[in-house]
This record gives sequence, structure tokens and C-alpha cells, in this order.
Amino acid sequence: MSNAATLDRREVLAAILKERGDALLVTGLGSSCFDAGVHDHPHTFYLWGGMGAAAMVGLGLALAQPRRRVLVVTGDGEMLMGLGSLSTIGARRPPNLSIIVMDNEQYSETGMQATHTQQGVDLAQIAKACNFALAQTVRTEDEVKACVPRLYDTAGPAFVAMKISTKRYPMSIKMRDGVHIKNRFREALLGQKAFD
Amino acid sequence: MKPETPQIPWSESIYEVFRKVDIRQVAYVPDAGHTRLIQRCHADTGMNTVVLTSEQEGVAMLAGAWLGGERGALLMQSSGVGNCINLLGTIIECRFPLLTLVTMRGEWGEFNPWQLPMGQGTPRVLEQAGVVVQHVDRAEDVAETVFAAAQMTFSACRPVAVLIGQRVVGFKDWSK
Repeated sequence: MSNAATLDRREVLAAILKERGDALLVTGLGSSCFDAGVHDHPHTFYLWGGMGAAAMVGLGLALAQPRRRVLVVTGDGEMLMGLGSLSTIGARRPPNLSIIVMDNEQYSETGMQATHTQQGVDLAQIAKACNFALAQTVRTEDEVKACVPRLYDTAGPAFVAMKISTKRYPMSIKMRDGVHIKNRFREALLGQKAFD
Repeated sequence: MKPETPQIPWSESIYEVFRKVDIRQVAYVPDAGHTRLIQRCHADTGMNTVVLTSEQEGVAMLAGAWLGGERGALLMQSSGVGNCINLLGTIIECRFPLLTLVTMRGEWGEFNPWQLPMGQGTPRVLEQAGVVVQHVDRAEDVAETVFAAAQMTFSACRPVAVLIGQRVVGFKDWSK
């Protein structure tokens, strides 16, 4: 089933990551992981599992690296499984954490079943109620353009739901080994201290 | 029912171990047994001490902490162990260190029958998930066990759970 949204998930992500600079990225499992693989970077940590974990991995990373911007890019299904983490993050209020949900209103890896966001649940309103400094829903390319700088410079936590189309793309990344993904990320970020 | 605040030094001794092994992030779902430790961690400006809505959030948070170069510890009651199981798979796959201190319920003199299934299952459930389990039953052994567990966690990059027995934590006398 398709939705009414027109934004393309990979174009939105490309617009965001073009400005990443030294920002750190955590992806949720599934399509978010595959999308980020198109722009593979050692400062990206790919979650291939652990559904519901992405936002909290982002929190731990943001607290450990307060001078870096930390982005979490995940899907609506993954975010819905970790809704409690929005209140944990909203209570702690890390200024350097931005969460982007690519919201196609479907579980696209498992047969395009409707998620709660297709049935009246508004993730940005939940984030707003959870004390996020910025919480918005983005639907157009102009809104994407206006939103991207705010993901990097807003005193967060920031939350943006990108209403994307249901278009699916092939898997873009074969790097699946968790130990490798972790060690590559730590070595790129921490240098020799990664081995302390 | 008001939880009893334990006035026992073993909780304090864990805080000293945290300082010694450079724990910088502490995530917890509260348990009465950890009350003093949680207070000490919150008061320490060198530690980020974060209250969770569910224990699994802490598993993910401490993975992020390690990615960013910091060591953390997760505090919970045994009833929270079941909430962590799926995310422990991510810890195992990526060989993340995870230091967890679990105060036991349903183990020794428990008055609440609802605590028994998870409490009795806790060691086996953790072992099945691939976590190294170390049980401590005497207050004087707590600090040393936590220190040894921290060494193993962060040097070997493995998940280690220290189960602090209900004999140490104490139980409510329900006979009166």
C-alpha cells in the first residue's frame, strides 16, 4: 500500500548527509541502514538488529561526545518500538542529539504492513510532549532544505519526522559484521585510545 | 508500600569502584537496593546518570557510550533482566562491553510471589543470552566482585552481570 507522501528517502538522506561534517551517525535497522550504506563513512554506526535501540545508542554517544553532533536516522517502526526512549532523552535533554525518523508509515522489510503512524499516531507530537527542544514533521523538499541546517545547529534534542514515500531500494551495504562496524567507528573517532 | 532505604555500606563501596574503573555513564531503573549508589552517582558531576523507562534502553545507551569512548554501568532489579534480552544479542554480535549490576528479588525470603518467576530465572536467562554471570552473596564481597567484573567487561569486551543476592540486599519481614 502506498501513502500520499512524495519525499524520496534516499534524496532526503543525501541532503542531510551532505552537511554532516564531523557529525556522528547511528542508523536504525532495515532501510535506514541500507540508505546510509550509500554514503558509507567510518563515522557511521550501522545497527543491523536491536530494533528500538537506535535513539538510545545515540544518547549514549551524544553524552560521551558532547562536542560532536550526533544524528540518529531510523524508521517509524523502529522508533515506535523505542518510544520510551523519547521520554528518557527528553528528560536528559542532550543539546547535540538529533533524531530523524524516515516515516513511510509502513513496516517495509516485512510486507508493508501499516504502522501506527498511518493510523493517527504523530511521532513529532510525541517528541514535543517529551520535552524535545525541536520537534517537527517535514513533508516537502522546501521544508527539507530549511530543516537540514537545524539538525546540526539547534540546541537539541531535536526530532524530525520525514514523511517519505513507500518507494523501496535495494540493500546497498554488505558490511554486516558488528565487531568490524564497532571497531572501525571507534578507531576513526578515538584513534589510538580505541585500544586503551 | 514505601520501599525501605537500606543503610548498608556495600552500595557505597560500588560507587568507589565506579570511580576507580572510570565509569562515566550510569543508566538505571531504580531499585531500593541501589538507592544510595544512585544518589552518589547523581551527585557526581563527572558521571552522566540517566534514569530509564525500561532496562533495555540502558543496554543501547551503554553501547553508544562505548562507541564514544566512555565506560558505563547499568543498574537494575532482577525483574528488569527479561526486558533486555533481545538487545543483548546486539551486545554479543558487536562484542560491546556491558557491566550490569542486578539486585535480586525472588531469591531469598521473598514475600511477593510475582517476583519469583523472573528472579529464579535470572541467572539462566542471562547465561543463555551469552552474559557472564557472577553472583555475590556476602556484603563484604560486593566491591571486589564488581571490580573484578569491570576488569573483565572492559578488558575482554564482554557483557558481565553481577547478581547481588537478596541475602545482601535484605528482604521485608512479612510475618508481622
